[in-house]
Amino acid sequence: MGTFIFRRLGVMILTALCLTFIVFFLTNLYPNLEKLAKTQGNQRMSDEAVTSYLSKNGHLQPLPVKYGQWLGVLPGFTYTDEETGKVTGRCIDVGVAPEDAPSFCGILQGDWGYSTVFKADAGGIVATRLGLTGKLMFWVMVLMVPSALIIGVLAGMREGSKLDRSLSTFSIASTATPEYVSGVIFITLLASSAGVKLFKGTATSAADNATFENFFLPVLTIALYGVGYIARMTRASMTEVMTAQYIRTARLKGVSFRNIVLKHALRNALIAPFTVIMLQFPWLLNGVVIVETLFNYKGFGWTLVQAAGNNDIDMLLACSVVAVFVVLVTQLISDIGYVFLNPRIRIA
Amino acid sequence: MEPLTWTGALSVLNPVFLAVVALLAVAVVAQIVTSFFGTEVDVVGDQLVVKKTPNMLAGQAVKWSFAGVVLLTLVYLVGGILMPGHVNKGILGTMATRFLPVWIALAVTFALSITFKRRLGLYGKLFDSVVGMLGFGIVMFWVFTSVFGAMDFIVTHEPLAQVSGMKNKVPGTPSPEGRDIYPYYLLGGDNLARDVFSRMIKGSWEVIKIAPFATLFAFMVGITLGLPAAYYGGKLDTFLTFLANLILAFPVILLFYLLVTPEIVQTGIPVYMAAVLFIFPIIFMVILINSRFYVQPNKRNIYLTITLVIGLWLYAGIAWNADPFGIIEFPPNLLVVFVSVVFVNSPTVFRIVRGIALDIKTRDYVAAGQTRGEGAWYIMLWEILPNARGPLIVDFCLRIGYTTILLGTLGFFGLGLSPESPDWGSTINDGRKLLSIYPHPALAPALSLMSLVLGLNLLADGLREESLRD
Repeated sequence: MGTFIFRRLGVMILTALCLTFIVFFLTNLYPNLEKLAKTQGNQRMSDEAVTSYLSKNGHLQPLPVKYGQWLGVLPGFTYTDEETGKVTGRCIDVGVAPEDAPSFCGILQGDWGYSTVFKADAGGIVATRLGLTGKLMFWVMVLMVPSALIIGVLAGMREGSKLDRSLSTFSIASTATPEYVSGVIFITLLASSAGVKLFKGTATSAADNATFENFFLPVLTIALYGVGYIARMTRASMTEVMTAQYIRTARLKGVSFRNIVLKHALRNALIAPFTVIMLQFPWLLNGVVIVETLFNYKGFGWTLVQAAGNNDIDMLLACSVVAVFVVLVTQLISDIGYVFLNPRIRIA
Repeated sequence: MEPLTWTGALSVLNPVFLAVVALLAVAVVAQIVTSFFGTEVDVVGDQLVVKKTPNMLAGQAVKWSFAGVVLLTLVYLVGGILMPGHVNKGILGTMATRFLPVWIALAVTFALSITFKRRLGLYGKLFDSVVGMLGFGIVMFWVFTSVFGAMDFIVTHEPLAQVSGMKNKVPGTPSPEGRDIYPYYLLGGDNLARDVFSRMIKGSWEVIKIAPFATLFAFMVGITLGLPAAYYGGKLDTFLTFLANLILAFPVILLFYLLVTPEIVQTGIPVYMAAVLFIFPIIFMVILINSRFYVQPNKRNIYLTITLVIGLWLYAGIAWNADPFGIIEFPPNLLVVFVSVVFVNSPTVFRIVRGIALDIKTRDYVAAGQTRGEGAWYIMLWEILPNARGPLIVDFCLRIGYTTILLGTLGFFGLGLSPESPDWGSTINDGRKLLSIYPHPALAPALSLMSLVLGLNLLADGLREESLRD
């Protein structure tokens, strides 16, 4: 088990490096840098001005060097003005003498760069926004996981019954409804002048003060898309377990149906959904971005959209590091958890 | 002119319809609740007879009320088509009339398919399952709608035409008199005073022309890489799996935001990606033909030449926008959408194909093929692939739906397609800003997208059921 986790961790770090490098490459393409120079300087900059701005800020170094600096394994870029002799650089903050500044400053040192859109330290913004999204995700999980498992187990315990049919239809319908569709429908029905005005159509105020009125619709919208998928997986796993030999033995022994489901079948049937729920996180991330945009909830997804839409390179990189990290960690947990839950699988 | 009502002269039926729908809802709930109680058995003479339970009663109620709903919907549609005059038809009736070519095409398709269903293989078997038929019906409805819409049959207005005074008007509002245009905005106007109904129809074409092809390309890439990964295993497998996992670990939206921007299009990266991804269908076809006709060089050479000429011509036109005859052209912003959707989908297909192939590889007929001295690619493409078709076809249907959702997501974030494009995602994006005051411009495309994806999911379900049966 130890070597297994160790190997998985190694692959994970390699994946993380590759992915961040790809993001770094795509965000540091010349047209993006040119746009950055023009938004930071002025829109009608000449080409020479753009080049000089970029070289002064170290954007024209070779890509691997820049990536190393961003990561914090290479010393930060410094630039000495030939006329004034003033030293500026990546690691030298405003008001700090060049000799006092650290020579390494990257993700590894905890320096996430500066967000040009929010005019603040990218790391701090990501942390606060993640907190808000965490709140959203928590309630999504609270709503989604139990309801999906209940639907799946109820549908799977008697395969082909009317109950199974209706619940399966519901889960198919819910997987066919992406967040931007269900969100629109919910707002129309429950939060617009055309329907019943039970809830609020925006969740902006939920950031400080989440109430049922302003927070339920975004939570429901994200949860609904995931419910169908998890429920279908649970149903498949449950039907498989219910046809197993040991269940038949239990029935022949005269165990009541209720006890068969709750005591014999349920535990084995929940192994597969655990993996699915864990692997659902990357998809939830998608849902979060869409729903936060739709409901104007200023969390992580909203920040990502703002950063991407406004060419905020450092912010975008910070967001992608977090996103990639979340995805990889959930994959790792799902792998380890699967081995842990299913004693038949032994990995040396 | 008066604005249209939803059901026109058939409004008398509305209370009945509502009552039947309510009855259906109650019956479904009752049926679910009562199904938790078991059945009891009575002994009548020397026979065991199941006692009548509330569950059966509820089942009957569901059946009849569902039939009632279907019947009344049909009455609304057919009545709407037959009723004279827009006011009598109402919005639904007028729309049903506009969709007349679609109904005819659907009727012909279903009549032909059901008549010859025993000779049509898996496709024919689809017509044995109600769910499959329902899904197929919905999918074909949108396919026909998009095709006829693209030929300007169903649409009532130009999708980009702005008519003053129609901004954010509710469904059924008459358009200003004295103009030579269709007298009503059937589903209202959007915030730029364009007709929502026509944009919805035109938008279906944007989806139908991209989603199936993007999925097909993703399948070609996934199959071409997944089969050798499973068959040869070893280093190749490790490398390709790592690559696939790498792409899968990327949050889709982040990838879209990085790939589908005007700046990236400037650098030409999408074109290079297209150049790599679109070569796979050609490789696939070439290997397919080469391995099949390897022992008949004459035939093989002819087929290969034809494939290569057509394939490379399409390749030059689509990927490099350098068609020597100038017939095929692919707008750059469409290309980047296409490429990113293929890119996101192919690793999943790769994993599915690899998984199935790993299983089939161990079968006896593969070993028999190897003993006969069949080539590796022949075994992969002509022994393993045909036996993997069932799950692959099912996944293909599901994946078209998923691609449709992805396209909608792109549109929703205003990426790729041009802002005035009538595709569903962009229209939802346009409409969402005024959602709580004027929901109708966003609702029409949202419901369309949902129904198409639902249709594809039901179709996949039906196919799965039928393909498992044999």
